[in-house]
Order: sequence, then C-alpha cells, then structure tokens
Amino acid sequence: MTDPRVTLAGVEFAGPAFTASGCAAAGKELAGFFDLTEIGGVVTKSIMMRPRSGRPTPRMVETPSGMLNSIGLQGPGIESFLANDLPWLAERGVAAVVSIAGETVEEYAQLARILRNEPDVKAIEVNISCPNVESRGQVFACDVMSASSVIHQVRRNTSSTVPIFAKLSPDVTSIAEIALSCHNAGADGFSMINTTLGMAIDTDTLRPILGGVTGGLSGPAIRPIAVRNVWQVHHVLPDVPILGMGGIATGEDALQFIAAGATAVSVGTMTFHDPSAPLRVQQELLGLLDERGFASVSEAVGVAHRGGLV
Amino acid sequence: MIQADAEILSVRRDGAYYHMSFAAPGIADGFRPGHFVAIAVDDAHILRRAFSIRSASTKAGGALQIIVSPKGPGTQWLVRRRAGDIINVIAPLGQPFRLPTEPVPCVLVGGGYGVAPLFELANQLRARGCGVEIIVGAGDAARLHGVVEARRVSDAVHVTTDDGSAGEQGRVTDPLRRILAEGRHPAVYACGPMAMLQAVSEVSAEFGAVAQCAVEESMACGVGVCMTCVLPVIGDDGVTRMVRSCTEGPVFFGDRVRWSDVGTVPADTLGSPEARDD
Ligand SMILES: Cc1cc2nc3c(=O)[nH]c(=O)nc-3n(C[C@H](O)[C@H](O)[C@H](O)COP(=O)(O)OP(=O)(O)OC[C@H]3O[C@@H](n4cnc5c(N)ncnc54)[C@H](O)[C@@H]3O)c2cc1C
Ligand SMILES: Cc1cc2nc3c(=O)[nH]c(=O)nc-3n(C[C@H](O)[C@H](O)[C@H](O)COP(=O)(O)O)c2cc1C
Ligand code: FES
Repeated sequence: MTDPRVTLAGVEFAGPAFTASGCAAAGKELAGFFDLTEIGGVVTKSIMMRPRSGRPTPRMVETPSGMLNSIGLQGPGIESFLANDLPWLAERGVAAVVSIAGETVEEYAQLARILRNEPDVKAIEVNISCPNVESRGQVFACDVMSASSVIHQVRRNTSSTVPIFAKLSPDVTSIAEIALSCHNAGADGFSMINTTLGMAIDTDTLRPILGGVTGGLSGPAIRPIAVRNVWQVHHVLPDVPILGMGGIATGEDALQFIAAGATAVSVGTMTFHDPSAPLRVQQELLGLLDERGFASVSEAVGVAHRGGLV
Repeated sequence: MIQADAEILSVRRDGAYYHMSFAAPGIADGFRPGHFVAIAVDDAHILRRAFSIRSASTKAGGALQIIVSPKGPGTQWLVRRRAGDIINVIAPLGQPFRLPTEPVPCVLVGGGYGVAPLFELANQLRARGCGVEIIVGAGDAARLHGVVEARRVSDAVHVTTDDGSAGEQGRVTDPLRRILAEGRHPAVYACGPMAMLQAVSEVSAEFGAVAQCAVEESMACGVGVCMTCVLPVIGDDGVTRMVRSCTEGPVFFGDRVRWSDVGTVPADTLGSPEARDD
C-alpha cells in the first residue's frame, strides 16, 4: 500500500488530500460526513482581522462544470476563530491549515503575529487574491511587488517551524514570475489555484446575476488551467511543495496534479456535491498510486516532468 | 443527517408539480417538519437541489416524499426519473419549525409548492391538541398544491389564487388577516415565495402573532460550508448578521428577518463595509 503520509515544507500530514479554503468553513460541518483526521487537514475559510459580512446575494451561479461565487470573504474575524474554531479542530486532532486574508500588507502581518502564539496552527495559507485597498483595489496576487511584500511580512512574523503557503491566482500573465518572487520573499510553498474571475448575465433582466457583479469560477471547468499552472510553477521551482487544487473531483484528477508537481491536493467545489469528497478523493488517489507501484506520494510528485512512468 | 443512495419509488405528476417518493433508510426517523433534503442531480450539474420534505414514513425501511416544481435543468432532470432509479440524497437538513408548548390554535400558510412541509406540521400540531387552519395559495389553479390533503389534516382550509381560477381571488394574506382578526391565533407558520413570507410576517406582527417562515435562498452546498445562502437576520442581541439559511434556517422567526433588505447587506450588519472603520 502507498504510504498516505505527506510532508509539506517539513510538516507531516496524515494524507495527501485537504479541504480547500472557503469550501469547508472551519471543518465542523463536514465532521458529520467523514473523519477529518483521516485526510491531510482542514484548510480554513480565509480569516480576516475583523468580522466581515461579505457581499450581497445572489452570491452563486452554477455554470457548465462549475460555479461562480462572490461570497466576499464572509467570516467572524480572527478573535472568534481562535476562540471557537481552532480549538474545535485541535481537540479532535484535526490538522489545521489556517488561511488568512487582508486588505493591507499590515493586516496580513497583524494576523501572522496573532497566529504566532497558536501552537495548533500546522501551516498558514496566505490568500493573496484580495484587493489591496492601498493600491486602488489591485489584487495582491496579480502584482509581483504587493504579493511579495505580503509574503515577506507574514514570513517575518511567523514562527520558523510553521510553513507559509502563498495562495496563487491564475489571473496573471506569468504564474512562474509571481511564484519566484513569492518564494524569494519567504514562501515555503504554494497553494494553487484560486478561482479565476468570471461573470454571468441574466438574459431576462440583462443584468449581472451576482450581487458582486463578477465572481470566482471554480470546479472541474478550471481543472486544466490549474494543472497547467501547477506544471509551470513546479518547472521553475521543483523543490518547493505545492498544494494543488482546481476542480478536483476524483482520484484521477488528483493524480494529474501530483504528476504535474503538486505534493498534496485540496478538494473545494466538489465538496458541495459530495461532502465527503476530500476523503474519497484521497482514497482513490492512494489506490491509483498503489496500482502504479508508488510506495509514497512524494515519489510521484512531478513525475510528468521526468518522462512519466518508465 | 445522512447521505445515501436512495431508490425512487414513484414519480407522479400533479398539476404543475411532481410528487416524488424515494426509499430513505434511516432518514425518516430524524425528520421534523421544516427539514429539507439536498439531492444530487445529473453529472452536468455539480450543485445539489434543495426540497422541503413533505412527509416521511418509517414503514418498509423508510421513505421520503417531496414536491418538485420543474423549473430549471436540475429539477427537470429529477422529474424525468422513474421508479427504480437511484438518486443521492442528504437529509434531514436545516432547522425545523418549532412547535408550541401549549395547545394553541395555529394558522399555516403555504404558497405554491411551499405547502409541502405544512401537512406533516399540521399532523404534529393537532397531535398536541392545537387547532389548525391552513391557507393554500398560488398564482393559478395549476400551481395550487395539496388542497385535498390540507382538508384531511386541518380544521379549515382557505384557498386563494391570484387570478381567481380556484378559491377566492387574492392573496394568502386576505384570509390570514380575517383569521388573525378573530384574536385567537398566536402562531403562524409559513412557507412559500419570499414576498409572501414578508407579507405574512407583517400581517402576523400587526396582530401580535408569532410567525415562523421557511425561506428559500439559493444554495450551493446545503450543509453550511459555502456561505452562499445568507440573508440579513436580527439576532437575540439585536445585531443583524448575514445568516446561513441552510444551517440556521430555513425556518426563521418572521420578525427577525429583514425582508426588505434581503439581497443586500444592510449598513448596520455586523462586518458590513459601512460598519468597518478601515
Ligand atoms: C430550503 C429549500 C426548500 C425548497 N423546497 C422546494 C420544494 O419543496 N419543491 C421545489 O420544487 N423546490 C424547492 N426549492 C427550490 C429548489 O431548490 C430550486 O427550484 C431548484 O434548486 C432549482 O434547480 P434547477 O436546476 O431547476 O434550476 P437552476 O436555476 O438551474 O439552479 C441552479 C442552481 O441554483 C440553485 N437554485 C436556483 N433556484 C433556487 C431556488 N429557488 N432555491 C434554492 N436554490 C436555487 C440550485 O440549487 C442550483 O444550485 C427549495 C429550496 C430551498 C432552499
Ligand atoms: C464558495 C467558495 C469560497 C471560496 N473561498 C475562498 C477563501 O475564502 N479563500 C481562498 O483562498 N480561496 C477560496 N476559494 C477558492 C478555493 O479554495 C479554491 O482555490 C478554488 O475554488 C479552486 O478549487 P475547486 O475547483 O476545487 O473549488 C473559494 C471557493 C469557493 C467555490
Ligand atoms: S448553502 Fe452553503 S452555507 Fe448554506
């Protein structure tokens, strides 16, 4: 049997599949469907400094093989997260990867400083797909300078034993360039991809459907884009771990990401279809790796770059 | 809450709607009126569709009944299923209607397929000694559902249609107003379109009756993980929050929902852009 354990930037996780930020809340709701300790861990909804109401409804449109969302990072804020959600995960032995988001570089730094005192944080995912209010709303992840200054500040303020993963947006001209600068700024790994910006119009009213006008596209529709992005980043940074995601529905989908260079995967939108999808995908992936003779997940990471199965 | 492959037992057309029944081992026991079921549809559509559970029988391993209005591709796919087909279901979901502790007279208001959860509610209320009057309303006669069954489970039924093709012409709030004016009914239960729920809440408040409303918000996950299905609701502390209708609802007290603000984030909502100081 393939060893399910994976090591991401020095931290060991029980399995290669994780939830995806924003698709599992803080884990609790999925516990009724499967044992959260069996998967790699729970990546939480992106946490901000203060409570946040999010955007007006409608927040969702179903699209071919996917969906658009404009949730707007609704959440309770870091204080409530630390009082209620993180302890819940820790008490049950669930590995917590905490996603953080901010509107200024300083807000990310503040969040990192607060999390520094929390021993139950296994890793931090830095969601940089947010508008930078100090730069006319330009998304951090789409600008080399803002992306790397956020990562630099989070790295500076985080304990060296806690890896930080930069969550990359596919809406850039060169993903490799952003990845290289984030890596230079101290990112220990990458989570990719975030949703890609889309839009839908109601043909009766001829107005945008989403309350937020535009929204993030996710689900199987974006899978080939995600695999390509993982491939390109692994190509330039083969030793940097990647948490791959984007439309993963099955173990075969996940295997594509591993072969393209991901060390582990997150299952997002498909959790809405099947709440136990993260565990199912993990089991299917391990089965496929086993069939192909891999003793561990890490043996298969990036194998497509090395000529595939020989 | 259980996720299971369920065998369809029957699909039967009824006016503009379809009655659907499927085997649901283990689910029926936990069912209370107001709960809903989330059903996976064809492979081309990722998201589940939500339906009020109309009734649940524990006989023969358990079965659930729902009423489906074929609206878009997912519901149209569903009503084309046949007995013996398998669908994946998650149920029971959400917070059910709360029953009164005293045997008081109650008014139940259903609009269109919104009457679905009211039959079993009526049964349970009557089992507690509550008087039950049901108001069934719809746009027209074809979309009027369950009048015969409503008669079977209540003391009196009032029917309204917008176009007068059945019952009295008008809105469900017309008979509701007359009933509440008697001053005997402290509790109102409603399920139907949002505009109807708002009107029912307002009329109930006018007469000092407590309204519980099962809302229908667009849902992506149905289990509380995505934050799609929110609406502005006033909490016990007086603070408005964007609340998930799949886990904290679908049943809410009518006077807590900010009906006129649904589809917006009111400025005084916790964490709204206006309320943040940065
Ligand atoms: C708690 C609850 C109870 C419901 N009870 C019933 C019932 O008893 N009978 C019935 O016929 N319908 C009911 N609905 C509405 C039903 O879920 C939608 O009509 C259905 O999801 C539409 O799917 P579609 O494929 O036909 O349409 P599409 O427009 O293609 O749906 C696309 C997506 O939007 C969501 N969506 C669209 N319209 C609605 C809506 N009105 N409410 C919720 N989600 C929506 C769908 O779930 C799907 O994810 C209920 C909805 C909720 C939230
Ligand atoms: C409803 C929804 C909410 C999301 N919220 C977040 C979030 O808060 N932070 C984040 O980094 N990514 C968020 N994402 C993006 C996912 O984590 C993931 O990167 C993306 O959806 C692609 O994976 P998928 O196709 O498996 O969903 C969200 C996605 C969805 C569908
Ligand atoms: S539908 Fe996902 S949180 Fe309610």
